[in-house]
Amino acid sequence: MKICLRGFLVVVVYSALAASVFAHHGNAAYDNKTMTVKGTVTSWDWKNPHTFLKFDAKDEKGNIVHWLGEWNAPSTLVNFGITAKSFKPGDEVTVTMNGMSKTGQPVGRITKVILPDGQELSMGNER
Amino acid sequence: MSKRYVAGTLFAAVLAFSPLMSAQTTDKRESGKNIHRDGWDRVVPKAPVDQKSDPAPVRDLTGIWEPTPGYRDGVFATGPKEYPSDGKPEHQLPFTPLGLKTWKEHKPGFGTTAVPIAENNDPFDICDPIGFPRLELFNLRAIQIFQTKSQVAIMYQNDQVWRNIWMDGRELPKEILEPRWYGYSVGKWVDDYTFVVETTGLDERTWIDNVGRPHSDALKVIETWHRINHDILELTLTIDDPKMYTKPWNALNKFRMRLQPEWFDIREMICSASEAQDYNKTVADQAVAEKNAKKK
Repeated sequence: MKICLRGFLVVVVYSALAASVFAHHGNAAYDNKTMTVKGTVTSWDWKNPHTFLKFDAKDEKGNIVHWLGEWNAPSTLVNFGITAKSFKPGDEVTVTMNGMSKTGQPVGRITKVILPDGQELSMGNER
Repeated sequence: MSKRYVAGTLFAAVLAFSPLMSAQTTDKRESGKNIHRDGWDRVVPKAPVDQKSDPAPVRDLTGIWEPTPGYRDGVFATGPKEYPSDGKPEHQLPFTPLGLKTWKEHKPGFGTTAVPIAENNDPFDICDPIGFPRLELFNLRAIQIFQTKSQVAIMYQNDQVWRNIWMDGRELPKEILEPRWYGYSVGKWVDDYTFVVETTGLDERTWIDNVGRPHSDALKVIETWHRINHDILELTLTIDDPKMYTKPWNALNKFRMRLQPEWFDIREMICSASEAQDYNKTVADQAVAEKNAKKK
């Protein structure tokens, strides 16, 4: 199911997949939707227990929306080719999230990020 | 051909196939593929499928060990391997009334009793010490074991802590004057390949696992470390707490760990209070919004 939402490039899929399993905290705040958003990185927080990719995207009125993508812990991501240097502010990224905030806040759990050169960063089929 | 040239060539050939050089080989970083790396970003070789191992050395657990077949197999986010909190009848624990009441008071982030983060009261989420036995029942990653005549010491990747297990003949304290996050441990060899550890005196503020299973001051944890050959170590962990459970139960049963190369560097994995606070605030913000949305 595709929804063009307020100017974002957004694809929403109601997924039967379980939300990502994050080891430290729970999944209770997230649903099972999948969403893809294009935006510009504002920061890449390489922190425990989980990492954050913060990025901005414009809505259809041109307003900036501050997105927060939560990803696995550094100790897991490094095994999948994702490092503290994978992103820097200003990078144009396409972020796919599976597990969106139940409140409709611009928050989700990352499954894949595509860089401008087409390079894809993900944990494959693992969570 | 000079002797020096031959010797040099031979040395280079030996070095090229040595464990040291293979440890330094760095596979191309490739996203989407699980290429395990140690703390120095060196690629960790996968264990051969049909590895033929040498016999286990006698009364020796020393070395660096990781869960196998997958290095993430000890994460146990929803509870220990033998008793995950998934609602299945076979995974119901033999709670006493006090045990069940205490479990219900705990608000974990995972399992059948999971709550949103704003309501979570998991002590480890604010970086209180993870404590024992949760140290081995949640995020059991790499460990390094050292031995002397009088003790076995285990260093854990998980929260970067260690335990000392005394085998100098002392007995467990008869009276606990000071409960400890990691308790008091004594161990003994019951045969040449099996080391049994008993631990008591555990701080009641800790949870047994990541889903909030409780324990009391009466908790005794029994670990059976059994080295089945040179490369494989099995851990069975038994919970015995008559105040919380009507009978002992095995949280882990022959959980396997594999010996790693000597060059393996254990990755840092520390609960940083400031980072946890930042995380909780960031994620809790949306949880609070969710709560408010429900009220409307």
